[in-house]
Amino acid sequence: MIIKTENLNYIYNPNTPFEKKALDNINLNIEEGDFVGLIGHTGSGKSTLVQHLNGLIKPTSGKIIVDGIDITSKGANLKEVRQKVGLVFQYPEHQLFEETIYKDIAFGAKNLGLGEEEIHRRVKKAMELVGLNFEALKDRSPFELSGGQKRRVAIAGVLAMKPKVLVLDEPTAGLDPRGRDEILGKIQKLYEEEGITIILVSHSMEDIAKLVNRIIVMHKGKVAMEGKTREIFEQAEKLEELGLGIPQITSFMRAYKRKGNQVRDDILTVEEAKEELINYLRRKGNA
Amino acid sequence: MLKDITIGQYFPGDTFVHKLDPRIKILIIIMFITSLFFIDSFFPYIFILGFILFSIKISDIPLKFVLKGLKPLALIISITFIINVFFTKGEVLFKIGPLSITKEGLSQATFMALRLIFLITGTSLLTLTTSPISLTDGIEKLLSPFKKIGLPAHELAMMMTIALRFIPTLLEETDKIMKAQMARGADFESGNVINRAKNLVPLLVPLFINAFRRADELAIAMEARCYRGGENRTRLNELKLNKQDILAISIMGIFFGFIVSTRYI
Repeated sequence: MIIKTENLNYIYNPNTPFEKKALDNINLNIEEGDFVGLIGHTGSGKSTLVQHLNGLIKPTSGKIIVDGIDITSKGANLKEVRQKVGLVFQYPEHQLFEETIYKDIAFGAKNLGLGEEEIHRRVKKAMELVGLNFEALKDRSPFELSGGQKRRVAIAGVLAMKPKVLVLDEPTAGLDPRGRDEILGKIQKLYEEEGITIILVSHSMEDIAKLVNRIIVMHKGKVAMEGKTREIFEQAEKLEELGLGIPQITSFMRAYKRKGNQVRDDILTVEEAKEELINYLRRKGNA
Repeated sequence: MLKDITIGQYFPGDTFVHKLDPRIKILIIIMFITSLFFIDSFFPYIFILGFILFSIKISDIPLKFVLKGLKPLALIISITFIINVFFTKGEVLFKIGPLSITKEGLSQATFMALRLIFLITGTSLLTLTTSPISLTDGIEKLLSPFKKIGLPAHELAMMMTIALRFIPTLLEETDKIMKAQMARGADFESGNVINRAKNLVPLLVPLFINAFRRADELAIAMEARCYRGGENRTRLNELKLNKQDILAISIMGIFFGFIVSTRYI
């Protein structure tokens, strides 16, 4: 268990007219090496929750245990926690500030007090991981890049800290389809090749279906549903009640089945659907 | 740290004070401030204190919330206090090295500190009970007679509206960038003054870039909707004085007269 929360509560602006309960008794267990999707309506508390996971927000009550350390206890080393749990915010390109891409990516690693050589190695590796050409880009200004590239620089900045857990808050928001595919591809590769535990916050059911193993559904500050990806997307009605949906292709296959075609209705990706449809048509042809 | 700033923060409500015409409220505050500077003894402070407490009471704002507005200015208040304590000549009470505390100094210091506290609580009461939009509406209306002598009243009000409108946005943004840099191990809370100032670079650079970007976007959005100054513009909410406004300003007028007169009696 790499991250565990116990009865986590958080209230915004307590004792003012703006008081709002953002998190309501959250109990989570994130296993090491897992790929978890966090979905929920806008304002359901996803972003607030992920900011608790590396100690950026202190809970009103409850415990958060990261890699065996209770980060809510007094004297917890928050720098260490933030190294272990790397958090990439929404629109992370808005945090870039250095003159060169190299310096910006090195910022986090430098704050950890590493030596020059180690930093150099890590920056190079981080840029490779997100698919940026080290030699060509390292001395350029991050502000000259395109939106998708800037975002990858920002993600590299977090990766250079070598986190055990990577939390990404809507990493594809506002990107064009190509930028989106690039980022998602890199995230998938990170998970498969580096074995990092990943928590992905997203509004895109397609992205979630394609990537994650397990889904946590938030609603009004509570965990509304939790389970394997397929199990969650089978409950389309419940998801719709919560203002969410299922991937379009899942929706299509369900509709196709209702028309009397004997196909599986727990399809998550277009590739899966293609196979299932070919199989189905063959079966039908043979019969 | 950032959430302590209440200046310019509206505290929604539906009370007598909230519903007063913003022009009246601004005039009341101007009278209030002027009267504060007419006071030359401790005695009238009782009435000022009463006035503030009464206003807080009827505007339904928790006292704690008003006092929180004093926090960021605590430093200025203490400096004023200390300077006055040590640098006023008079009857010496006790000596610490080359510094001496005088009876007059002590009373002068308390007097000045109280004046500042009343000044701040009084004015923050205005911004707490008046939404920024109606506040600038009020200012624009009050300044409009000066248009004849070339004062760009509408433009000034517009600039203020925009500035006020962006305070929460910028605060939110600061908070977000701060957190993003903290997630990368940045430290804004420890170290000496020079280091702290240096550590602010990762916060300030993105903040300025974003502020300029926002300003640009806003300018384009305004131009796209053919915005131009105040001539012949009508408004959604016309300001109208009613009986309660007249009542409030009359009471304030009497109060003002009374406070000013205490100086000469």
